[in-house]
Formats: sequence, structure tokens, C-alpha cells
Amino acid sequence: MSKKEEIVRVDHITKRYEENAILEDFSLSVYEGEVVVIVGPSGCGKSTILRIMNGLEPVQKGEVTYRGEKVDGKLGSITRIREKVGMVFQSYELFPHKTILQNVMLAPVLVQKRDKKEVKEEALQLLSRVGLSEKKDNYPRQLSGGQKQRVAIVRALCMHPEVLLFDEVTAALDPEMVREVLEVILSLAKEGKTMVIVTHEMAFAEAIADRVIFLDAGHIEEEGTAEEFFRHPKSERAKQFLNSFTYDKVVHE
Amino acid sequence: MNWEVISSYLPLYWKAMLLTLRIGWLGILFAILIGFLVAIVRFYKVPVVSRIAGVYIEFFRNTPLLVQLFFLYFALPKIGIPMNAEFTGALGLALLGGAYMAETFRSGLESVAKIQTESAMSLGLNKSQTVLHIIFPQAFSVSVPAFVANVIFLLKETSVFSAISLMDLMFRAKDLIGLYYKTTECLVLLVFFYALILIPVSVLGDRLERRVRHAEFGD
Repeated sequence: MSKKEEIVRVDHITKRYEENAILEDFSLSVYEGEVVVIVGPSGCGKSTILRIMNGLEPVQKGEVTYRGEKVDGKLGSITRIREKVGMVFQSYELFPHKTILQNVMLAPVLVQKRDKKEVKEEALQLLSRVGLSEKKDNYPRQLSGGQKQRVAIVRALCMHPEVLLFDEVTAALDPEMVREVLEVILSLAKEGKTMVIVTHEMAFAEAIADRVIFLDAGHIEEEGTAEEFFRHPKSERAKQFLNSFTYDKVVHE
Repeated sequence: MNWEVISSYLPLYWKAMLLTLRIGWLGILFAILIGFLVAIVRFYKVPVVSRIAGVYIEFFRNTPLLVQLFFLYFALPKIGIPMNAEFTGALGLALLGGAYMAETFRSGLESVAKIQTESAMSLGLNKSQTVLHIIFPQAFSVSVPAFVANVIFLLKETSVFSAISLMDLMFRAKDLIGLYYKTTECLVLLVFFYALILIPVSVLGDRLERRVRHAEFGD
């Protein structure tokens, strides 16, 4: 892994909301082509890490860099960095007043000043890849949650980002829609896309992760390959966490 | 009902309606501008100015237009600010309407979830692009029903203009009744002309509403 180029570096950051420390002296490097999955109990700061990587949250200490450049929501350079660091939200956040195609095309045309025709071609191609080209003229309200989330992924992809951040993208979905979204992300992993994924889907995490980070109360409790973490967790806290996803068979007396 | 009387009054009412429309549309135009600016100031909580805007809104929403017009028309000249009647009418309507429009636009702005802004910014949009392409359109489609209601309300409020001797529809009706006692004919014409103004506005407003809200809310 050390030969690969470091793309995003989170360097000893501390994040507090009022008095509560969400992240304490947290560091993480994301390398080219790597899929990092962050898991952990609710409220442990997983989503906050992604938001910080995207410059959506100020931090009290430390810094985040993208290819050596400081990521800071207050700096003018942030929009250029965000073009390269795509983000997909739990609640999709498509723009409700725009059609699916307009949602996908907006930023490439407006921000990257790319040719409209070329962007449209690419957008349609990406939409058909996720099986949604016939929805291009629909509005978000007319789509299911899973469809909306696939559009949100396409919208991020159309910017040609170098890294994609996925913030619990299936947490708001009905169980039968989870798969259609995860399949898309799996196919991106196969292409070698660099991704940081926060998820509660453990089977998915195990399948996709090059590296798993187990976060508890704002710090890294355990880190390792998917195999190491899911099959041979070392810390008690991690074992306990993984056990919370299985149920004992009830024996009726 | 005497149709001859009615037809002989028609040109007088028509002229009065034009005056109502002229002052009404000027007042409403400026009400929209004032409302927009005040809403922005309130929404972004611009220090000091936001407080002043709050006082402005409360003051104009909680006093009758008639009183506001009297004040503008009779009191201001006493302290050396000359006012003409048409200007006073438009100004009064603009100030009253501005207060209502401001609250309407602000509630629209507040209805747009913060995460929509974040979603836009995460795609590399800068602040002004986000405001222009993401926040304003969504805010407006929420505001539009109340906006249309405000326009209709303001047009109806013009009926107090006669109090500062503007020869609008209300003035015309009262004047003719006083002169010739053809009360029924005069009132029928009054209702007819107000409806002539307001029904088209209502229909257009409906269309605007459907068009703007179709994307987000369906039909």
C-alpha cells in the first residue's frame, strides 16, 4: 500500500460540538485505489469524518489535506477540491426542483464549465449504467429511495471525482432497495475507484473493504483488512460490536 | 337597474380602474423588491439591519393601510416632506406589501433544508451558485401560494386610496352615489370592475403556482 499515492490525509484532528468531543486526535490516510470502510456504533463520529474530508465541518485542531492541499470550507480553493472529492449523502439530497438529468448535469456544466452536449452524453451513459436512463426526465419525487440514491451516485460520478465519500447511503432505504445501491458501489470498487464508505451493512463492508476502520467514541479502536476485522477481531469492543449483528436462536421452554 | 346609467358611467369607471391598476402594480412591484431584500436580510441575520427589518415588518403588518396612508399623506408634509397623492398610494402599498412579502419569502427560504446547501457545495458549487440555482428556486416554489395571495390582498387594499383623494374605483363609486343616488348601479359597477382586475390575476396566479410547483410537488 505504501507505494500508492496518498490522496486524502486526515492529520490529528479534534472535532468538538460545544463541549462534546466527537473526534479526538484522529488520523487517517486514504491511498489511491483503496476502499476504506468505517464502521462503528451510532454517534461514534463516522459521518463527521466524511463531512470533514469534504470541508463541510470546521475542526478545532489538526488539518485535512487533499493531495497536499488544505481542505477548509472557508478557503476559496474548497470548490476545486470538492470537484475531486465527491460525496453521497444518506438522504440522497437530489435537487427536488430539477429533473434527474438536470441533477446530474448541473455541476459539470456550471462548475466545471464543460460542454453541455458532452456532459449530457456522459450523464445518459452513467444513468443507463445504473439502469435509470428512462427516468431522465422525471423529478426526484417520482423515484423510489433506491433509485434516488443511484442517481445521487451518478451525479457525483459525473464530476470525475478522484475520491468518493459514501455516508450511510443505504441507511434510509427499504431492505429490498439496499442491494441495488450497493451493487453500484461494488462495481465502482471493481474499477479501482478510491472510496471511503461509512456503513452499517456488515456483509457489504466485508465484501468491499480493503481496509476496515472500527471507530468507537471518536478514536480508532481497531484497524485491519476486512478478513482480519470481521473474522478475527482483536479488541473486546470490536467483538462486542460485531456480535450485536447476530441473534441467538430462541429456545422455547 | 338602469342600463343606460350603467353604460354612461362605464368610461368613468374604466378610467378609475386604470388608476387603481397603475398605482397597484407600482406598489406591488416595489413591495416585491422590498420584501425580497428584507427577507434576505432577515434570513442571513445581517447584524443590526435584521433588527431594523424586524421592527419594520411588525410596524407595517400591525397598523391599517388607511392609517399608514394618512400618516404619509398628512403628517409627512407637516415636517417638510411634500407628498403627492399617487406617490403616497404607491409608497403606502409598497411598504405594507413589503412587510407581507418579506415574511412570505423568508418562510420559503427557511423551508429549504440546510443539507441541500451542503449537497450543492459538495458538488463544487460556490455560495452564490448554490443560492441562485438551489436555494432560491426551492424557496420560491414554497412561497408562491402565499405570494399570489399577497398580490390579491394588496390589490384589494387599494380600495382605501380614496381616503387620500385618489380617484380610484372606490372614490368613483362613492362620488357618483353622492351626486346622483344611483346606488345600485354604482355598486354593481364597482363589484364588476374589481372582479375584472382580480379574476385574471387569480387565474394567472393559479397558473404560476402550478408551473412553479410542478417539479417539487406534482399537480
